[in-house]
Amino acid sequence: MAKPAVLTHPESLKKPAGPSEFAKHPVNAALSKAEKVALYTKMARIRHFEQRCIRTYQQGKIGGFLHLYVGQEAVAAGTISLLGKHDHIITGYRDHGHGLMVGMSMNECMAELTGKVTGCSQGKGGSMHYFAPDKNYWGGHGIVGGQAPLGTGLAYAVKYKGLKGCCLAYMGDGAVNQGAVHEAYNLAALWDLPMIFVIENNGYSMGTSQERSTAHPGCLAKRAEGYGMAWDVINGHDVYEVRAKTDAAVKRAHEESKPTVLEIFTYRYFGHSMADPDKTYRDKEEIKGYRENKDPVLLFENELLHEGVLTPATRDAINEAAMAEADVAAVFAEESPDPTVADITKHIYWEEDNRGPNSTSRGTIIFE
Amino acid sequence: MAVITYREALRAAMREELQRDENVVVMGEEVAQFNGAYKVTEGLLKEFGPKRVVDTPISEAGFIGLGIGASMLGIRPVMELMFWSFSYVAFDQIVNNAGNIRYMSGGLINCPIVIRGPGNGGTNVGATHSHTPEAILASHPGIKVVCPATPYDAKGLMKAAIRDNDPVYVMENTILYNDKGEVPEEDYIVPLGVADVKRVGTDLTIVAHGRAVITSLKAAEILEKEHGVSVEVVDLRSIRPLDEETILASVRKTHRALLVEENKPFCGVDAQVAYIIQAKAFDDLDAPIGRVSSIDAPQIYCKRMEDEQLPHAARVVAAALKVLA
Repeated sequence: MAKPAVLTHPESLKKPAGPSEFAKHPVNAALSKAEKVALYTKMARIRHFEQRCIRTYQQGKIGGFLHLYVGQEAVAAGTISLLGKHDHIITGYRDHGHGLMVGMSMNECMAELTGKVTGCSQGKGGSMHYFAPDKNYWGGHGIVGGQAPLGTGLAYAVKYKGLKGCCLAYMGDGAVNQGAVHEAYNLAALWDLPMIFVIENNGYSMGTSQERSTAHPGCLAKRAEGYGMAWDVINGHDVYEVRAKTDAAVKRAHEESKPTVLEIFTYRYFGHSMADPDKTYRDKEEIKGYRENKDPVLLFENELLHEGVLTPATRDAINEAAMAEADVAAVFAEESPDPTVADITKHIYWEEDNRGPNSTSRGTIIFE
Repeated sequence: MAVITYREALRAAMREELQRDENVVVMGEEVAQFNGAYKVTEGLLKEFGPKRVVDTPISEAGFIGLGIGASMLGIRPVMELMFWSFSYVAFDQIVNNAGNIRYMSGGLINCPIVIRGPGNGGTNVGATHSHTPEAILASHPGIKVVCPATPYDAKGLMKAAIRDNDPVYVMENTILYNDKGEVPEEDYIVPLGVADVKRVGTDLTIVAHGRAVITSLKAAEILEKEHGVSVEVVDLRSIRPLDEETILASVRKTHRALLVEENKPFCGVDAQVAYIIQAKAFDDLDAPIGRVSSIDAPQIYCKRMEDEQLPHAARVVAAALKVLA
């Protein structure tokens, strides 16, 4: 077995000694008890949904790739909890957490994984391609870094329309070496776009550690300096810190129309995808260390217990409800119908799905 | 009717659509201050200002992707590629993102984007700048491709493309930019997916698109004058959607078909057209379908040989006589 790669996250695996230093940050102090409980609930829902997905996958009901978000919950939860009406998000293929955070239902998410017509994309997208444009969620993109230019386009459109909003484009640490990401950086900085690039740095681009994939691996966000962009690094295990530091970037986007690169240190507990046996490139002790000392859901739970916002009883009720919701979603997905053969050729072209006398398109567009 | 160039027709289409819809934005390398590498967008910056006519860095994957993202939120970008050959560095954006997002979202999202620019050989610039990717791109469901051959069609197709709610890739031709033709001043569109019979005839159908239409019309003149053959020339205008009916109606009338395109032969547009003809009009054919494509090699630099590599009238005439034999 190859020697496990050295972790390059600039952080220790020590358990935080006390409450988050960001608990009193104005953006967190402003949260009501109910809002804090809601935030915790969303994180717990992501955790339990993903864990239910593992079972459904193991039962052979989910095909293709399944990239789990377990361990990274505070990133989506913290950032998305700050967003308003004209703020948009787009991400890569590890996209379930973002979907649940914007308000997609577990039913539509689970049904999409099992390829059912009741899924968010009617069984046409799958795990890597969740979309909810009505909730400002633009996917769910399968090609590493390919979503970054699209995100700049969303930010461009917001600015073009004179709206006070922004776009958060999420990517993994592996994406920072893709050309499309650098082109997006350049455009965002050149055109002063209200854009936040969020690097969810879980330490591994698939099975390749940051040290083996990335020149100057100490700090990925710092590459922003090459484009004259602001940047910050965030402990992604502390949802309060994620909110506090992301808030500054959102304000920069809203008020100055300037882009930011945020690098959020996080960790995934499972393999790159369910197809990754996760045996060659990292040490089991490392995973254990994160689970025991850095778990974002557990840390926030302790935070809220300490604040008196949660009690053990309410915590248990929230988790039980989330598990039950995920079980219901699994049944819903199981019982939902597949798309039909006729459905294969729908949703390819807007003009074809909406053909009328004034259509700009005629002729044959789907071929035998 | 005014007589204007193909270039002016494209420009008029963009100008009218910029006036008609405030969400239309023209964007690309050198489109604004430089007035367009091929002057197609000349004067648009002056008329509409830098919000509507935007210079981009040389960063096709970046700015094409940006345009696609903006189109998802209702902007209607008209993106210029200085050459369609440059689309290859933006292929993921053009194919994976623009072409798939409506499908993968179960119809929740659409991309009303136009990508336009010249996609042709024949300009003595070597293989990297001479690609004709209409067949490659049209082979992806989700994408539309049009190839205007005349000023009238250039304007009408460009206006239809901009109003269309799907990604439409307009492949122009630098050699045609100075060609003149009659173009109405009033508003009109040429809908996508409607072929045009550019010359009526009875003995042979030539199906072509883009500059191959012009070449075929020249060949048709020669065939009539020197060989007494009456040739019908069908201009596809649009590759996807494709007007099968006009092709088939012509073949049913003439009983012979010759397919001419500037693509290389392997999986060219005409491979699909030939399939359609044999599948749907087999009994109407009096001879095997003929085909003229570019000679199958990367585009050669040497101008004399490049003119040989591309379909030219003499090659079309020879191929036509074979089909007629």
